[in-house]
Amino acid sequence: MVLDHRYHATNFIRSTLSVVVDPLRYLVNLPFDITDWASQSFVSRSTLQEENQTLRIKNELLNARLQKYASLKAENANLRSLLKSVDKNEESFEQVLVAEILSVDLDPFRKQIVINKGTDANVYIGQPLIGAQGVIGKVVHVGHMTSTAMLITDPSHSLPVQNNRNGVRGVAVGNPKKNQLSLIHQPTNTDIKQGDLLVTSGLGCFFPPGYPAGKVTNINTNPSLPFAEIIVEPTAQLDRNREVLLIWPSHYQMAQEHGECVTPGNKEKKQ
Amino acid sequence: MKQVMPHGGFTIVLTFVLALILTIFPLPGWAEELRPLWVVLTVIYWAMALPHRVSIGIAWMSGLLLDVLLDALLGQHALALALVAFLTIRIHQRLRIFPLWQQSIVIFVMCFIYSIIVLWIKGITGVAPNLWLFILPSVTSAIIWPAVFIFLRQIRRAYRVN
Repeated sequence: MVLDHRYHATNFIRSTLSVVVDPLRYLVNLPFDITDWASQSFVSRSTLQEENQTLRIKNELLNARLQKYASLKAENANLRSLLKSVDKNEESFEQVLVAEILSVDLDPFRKQIVINKGTDANVYIGQPLIGAQGVIGKVVHVGHMTSTAMLITDPSHSLPVQNNRNGVRGVAVGNPKKNQLSLIHQPTNTDIKQGDLLVTSGLGCFFPPGYPAGKVTNINTNPSLPFAEIIVEPTAQLDRNREVLLIWPSHYQMAQEHGECVTPGNKEKKQ
Repeated sequence: MKQVMPHGGFTIVLTFVLALILTIFPLPGWAEELRPLWVVLTVIYWAMALPHRVSIGIAWMSGLLLDVLLDALLGQHALALALVAFLTIRIHQRLRIFPLWQQSIVIFVMCFIYSIIVLWIKGITGVAPNLWLFILPSVTSAIIWPAVFIFLRQIRRAYRVN
């Protein structure tokens, strides 16, 4: 147990035993898959048409916004070249893979999920998981066909974030009581307001920068406290998503090649 | 004395698989904290009924599987289950002649010991959950024990596991 906790020396035993455990997880998930399949197969034509219509409109809207994004990106690159500064978000399109969450209950006192991709899909430990609305968590153990991921609301998970409004950096730690995060070690005079969006800062080498993590919902700057108490509500619907995106950040690939962690910050320093 | 041939090992494995499946089967939120300790109940039953076949080694192995299944620290459930199996084998002859309700009390104590060990390891390595919430599964395990006992005894007799 000490070996596992301190040195992660038992990953080999764990992945070997996962050969037995993975089929069990799929077996438990099977009835839920069947009901899903049934409810999808026996949908009336009109419902499908309606859904198709709404999706088409949504796609149209997103495409329209994307056009604007392209011109913004060009403008940003232009401005940056004027300032002679490197584009931090050039790696904004990472390699992604859709994974499905298995309907499996783990320890009720920890916030973990099981996904249906493992070493067969090149999932690695520490890989970030995102949803449509924001960061979801990070992979902690990889099996052959399944892996376990820790949600950002797990009390042992810390997420390096920064304020989207002014760039104030901080660490968001999972709150054991509710599905929330708390921003720790912020001075009481910090410039963080209710409603501020926090995005990942890319420090810490796990999460790529710029993904939304949460919104500040409550802030207590009582001067008698050593630090401000800041409660953050995750933007991703952690308990409602069925599909998540596994991403392979480009700095991870660089780290693999160079044998060190390259964050956007020290990449600039090198150049 | 008649030599008893071991028989029905496959059935024992199947009951353990069933217990593991029940352990991760999704339940509604309020029932998650009440989930009985299925694997502990299965280990106690087999260690009580067939102590010469299901002993500390099997308990340890099923505990390791449980650890991987629940993604817990490797060995925490294994240690707790091995201890439970040891205690059960120590008192299995007394346990067999107890009436069901009295067995339930012993089961509660066993599950309590199991939970305390797991809680203890969790406390050392990370965040320990609330103690009172953590012993709820022991209570539900004790309540559900008579049903589990009768079910497993039926299986043991039907498939002549010995």
